[in-house]
This record gives sequence, C-alpha cells and structure tokens, in this order.
Amino acid sequence: MLNLKKFIAIISVFIISGALLTACGSSSSKTKITVVGSTALQPLVEETANEYQEGNNNVSITVQGGGSGTGLSQLQSKAVTIGNSDVFAENQNGIDAKKMIDHKVAVVGMAPVLNKSIGVKNLSMSQLRAIFTGEIQNWKQVGGKNQKIEVINRVKGSGTRATFEDNVLKGKSAIKSQEQDSNGTVKRIVASTPGAISYLAFSFIDKTLQPVSIDNIQPNDKNVEDNSWKIWSYEHMYTNKDINKETKKFLEYVQSKNVQNSLVKKLGYISIHNMKVTKDDKNKIIE
Amino acid sequence: MEIKKKLLMPSKETRQDRLGKGISYLSIGFIILLVTLILYFIISKGLSTFTTNNINILDFLTKQDWSPSSIGKDGKPEVGALPMIVTSFGVTIFSALLATPFAIAIGIYMSVIAPKRGRKFLQIIIEMLVGIPSVVYGFLGLTIIVPIVRNIFGGTGFGILSATLVLFVMVLPTITSLTVDSLNAVPKYLSDASLALGATRWQTIYKVILRSATPGILTAIIFGMARAFGEALAVQMVIGNATLMPKSLLTPSSTLTSQLTTGIGNTVMGTLGNNALWSLALVLLLMSLVFNIIVKMIGKRGNLK
Repeated sequence: MLNLKKFIAIISVFIISGALLTACGSSSSKTKITVVGSTALQPLVEETANEYQEGNNNVSITVQGGGSGTGLSQLQSKAVTIGNSDVFAENQNGIDAKKMIDHKVAVVGMAPVLNKSIGVKNLSMSQLRAIFTGEIQNWKQVGGKNQKIEVINRVKGSGTRATFEDNVLKGKSAIKSQEQDSNGTVKRIVASTPGAISYLAFSFIDKTLQPVSIDNIQPNDKNVEDNSWKIWSYEHMYTNKDINKETKKFLEYVQSKNVQNSLVKKLGYISIHNMKVTKDDKNKIIE
Repeated sequence: MEIKKKLLMPSKETRQDRLGKGISYLSIGFIILLVTLILYFIISKGLSTFTTNNINILDFLTKQDWSPSSIGKDGKPEVGALPMIVTSFGVTIFSALLATPFAIAIGIYMSVIAPKRGRKFLQIIIEMLVGIPSVVYGFLGLTIIVPIVRNIFGGTGFGILSATLVLFVMVLPTITSLTVDSLNAVPKYLSDASLALGATRWQTIYKVILRSATPGILTAIIFGMARAFGEALAVQMVIGNATLMPKSLLTPSSTLTSQLTTGIGNTVMGTLGNNALWSLALVLLLMSLVFNIIVKMIGKRGNLK
C-alpha cells in the first residue's frame, strides 16, 4: 500500500518542481514570440525561427499552423504576436485590417495540375475557367482523351483557393465538387484519380503530376516574377501596430537578403526581392 | 488527559478518509465544471447563427446549399446543412449494419465456441485495432480502399461507400468487445439448463444466449454508431468533402465532422462562416446526447427482465 506520506511527498515534489520550472522560465527574461496561422507558410517560418534562435538566445519563438483565418483572428484578439496569412487581411471576413501591419515575406506561385494520364499540357485561361465552373466536363473538349473531368477544389476560405479563384474565375463561382484541405492530400488524389484536376503551390508539384501551362506560358518562378504567370500570392506575416523590438527584428530577419536567397528558395517559395511587380489587396498589379 | 485527547482527536484513518473524499470531490467538481463549460460554449456559439446572424433554423436543417462565408445568388449566405446531416447518418448507419453481423459472429466465437488460445488471439487483434490512430485508417482508406472502390464500382472512389468501409474497420472492435462482454454476462445456468433439456449447442446459442444478451448487443451497436458519427479525420480523407446531397454511395459528399475540421481554420471567430460551423458542432453534440439516452433506455429495459 502506498502510504499517505509518500503520496503527499510525491505530489509536493511535482508542485515544487513545477513552480521552479516556471520561475526559471520567467527569470531569464526571454521575449516570447508566438506565430500562428497559414499552413502554407508554416515550414518557412519554422526553419527561419530555428535559425534565428541559434544566434539570438533572448527570444523564444513558437510556430503553429491552423489556417489563415485562425492566424488573423488570434492576432486580432491579441492572443499571438504574429498571424500568418495567405490572403490579405482586407479580404478576410471579420478582420479589421487597419489595426494591423502587413509584412510580406515571400511569394507563392500556383499552377493547375492534372492527372498524368489525361494528356493535356496546355490550356487557355478561358478553358481553365470553363473547367472549374463546370461548363466543360470532358477532357475530350480541350484536346485530351475521352474522360470525365474530376475537379478537386481546396476548401472554401483557404488562401490557395482564394488566389486561384481571383485570378482564374473572375467573379464566377466554382462548380460544387470535392474539397480537400491539405496540399499533400490534393497531390496524392490528383496523382491517383483518372481525370482529376486541381491546383497546387509550385513547391508541391513533382513528377507524379502534370502541371499545365496557361496560354503557353509555363508555370515557373521566372514567369511569376514579371507577372506573366498570373496565379500567385504573397505570404503575409501580420502584426498588431504596437509591435515590440524583438518581433520587429525577427521580421526583418525573415525579409533579409540572407534568408530570402537561401531558405525561401530552398523551400520552394519565391523571394520578395525578385518581384518586378507588386499586387494590392484588390488583385491589381502595380508595375 | 492523554487518553481523552487521543480519543477525541480524529484518528489517522479518519484524516485519510477526509483527504481522500476531498480530493475526489474536487476532481468531480472540476469535471462537472468542465462539461458545463463545454456545453455552454458549443450551445451558445451554435445558436448564434440563428440568434445574431438571423438564419432560419428550418433553412439550416432542410436546405442543401452550403457556403456560409460567401454570399449566394439570392444575396443571402447559404447555410443549408442537410447534405452533411444526411451523409453523417448514412455512413453511421451503413457502417453499423455492416459491422454488426461480424461483431456478433466474433463475439459468439470468443465467448462460447473458442478454446482459450483462440480467444486470447482475437482479443489481441481487437485491442490492436482499437489502438491504431484514425489518421492511419484514413491514410489506408485513401491509398487502398478508394482505388479499389473506383476500380470495382466506378466513379472517383470517394464517397459514402469508401467511408463506410473505413468506418467498418474502426467500429468493429468497439461493437465486438462490448458484445463479448454482454455475451459473457449471460448466466451460465441458462445455457446449462438449455443443454440439459436436450437443445443442441446452436439452439442454445441462438435461442438462449443471444436472446438474453440482446440489450447488451444493442448497446454495443449504439456505441459503435456514436463512434462512427463522431469520427472526423479518417472519414474526411475518403469521403471527398463535396457539400452536395449524396446521389449514390459513390458520389463525393461531406459529413458534419469533415466539414467542421476542414473549415474551422479558415474562418474568423464571430463571423457567420465560423458560427455556422459551430452550429454543425451543436448538431453533433445533440446527436451524441441522443445516442447516450438510447443506451440508457436500452439498459433500463434490459434490467427489467
């Protein structure tokens, strides 16, 4: 039988060690930075944070995913320091963008991807639109084999879907179809389902999929940089206006030449320094 | 004096007793508080779709267009949850129908027929099936079941059929282990008496053991259904997540849970898009409450005999 004294001793050891641990945490006066949001941006922020913390012992950075909506709403309620988002805060329902500062840290290009067996490599913008609005339902109509088109969309509200629809659908609404919420799942489904079409960030496209050129323009980084490839978006790291020094330093680090030329490229994003154009929240291009 | 004091002071055992009671009450109070808070949170959030966003509750339950974060053709947001409700019930009922015969067969084998070694072996397998995380089931469904369904039945392979097959494997251990328990609980004198009267083993199993274990087996099925109804991740990977009314078992559709998990990260707290998802959660909560009540009712009726 476990006697009472032993039991109390164990419990008190737990309590005391817990108190000591928290005391240690606060006494070393580390600045805490919490980053939450966009799963598309998460890998970049995680790796950059790891690198940054090696040289800066005075900050501790926690990075979490959770989606752009979560990132922005957590930031708005001041629960986190930085909210990651694939979409402009102005375009997110229920968010007051005027109270936030936008830090653009990377650009992501997206391309339509097909199942390899279809045999289509190029589509016109209007054909692509007709496929996603459901006007074209067989690959035969656009020069492929006789096969029903299976549209795989991203979930409503996802940044990737918003970017794609802004640039391709031009205000029309997409056909109701399958919706998936992760890049990895979309990739696997398109690769294995005959007749499937979806869209993915460049970094997820590999040889199991057939990327599609639009009006004979290839989806690659170079074409995104001068906006001849139209489907791209910024990755934003939003903060509130009362930003502290350490957070500012970290954000500057993410935007620095050093990170932009190494990690950003390595992980399949496009550097913001290479962009020859800028886009505003209404999807307007400024040369 | 010493003795008097000793007699009047609470003994060591009494103090232990008090401390133990105190800890128990504290923990119970904490759990009750937690449950109340969860109920309050989901109910208030779930109802705000109807109270603050002024959505008609009948529209929510009967319409088929779901797009709460954007504005539909008639200028109003579309908040029709019927396809999700139907799909959720569909996969739940089908998987329970599919799993029950297997569960009963395994249960009979384990409690009546099997030698000790066979029973232990099955026990290990069932416990293993329970322990596998649902994301693994989902992944196996996506890579194995979906292509098989596509090749045999056509379509894309995503839909209620694939979800049913995945859930079948997931609810089978739940239903089986509870069935085994209720079969084992049948008093031995019943089957002994039956055999003594000259009934064959099959007659005994069919007419005596199964009969008297029926309430327990029904409870097992309801528990399995509750598990299937609430499962999110595995179903989400194979159902296709299209907010369409399911036309057949092979068209992509969406359950309450899959819609919740895919949507919640992309909406902002307090907006209609977010509130509507909480309303789906409320439907889930009410349904699990219904499942619990049914279990209680079956239990009561079983006890009367």
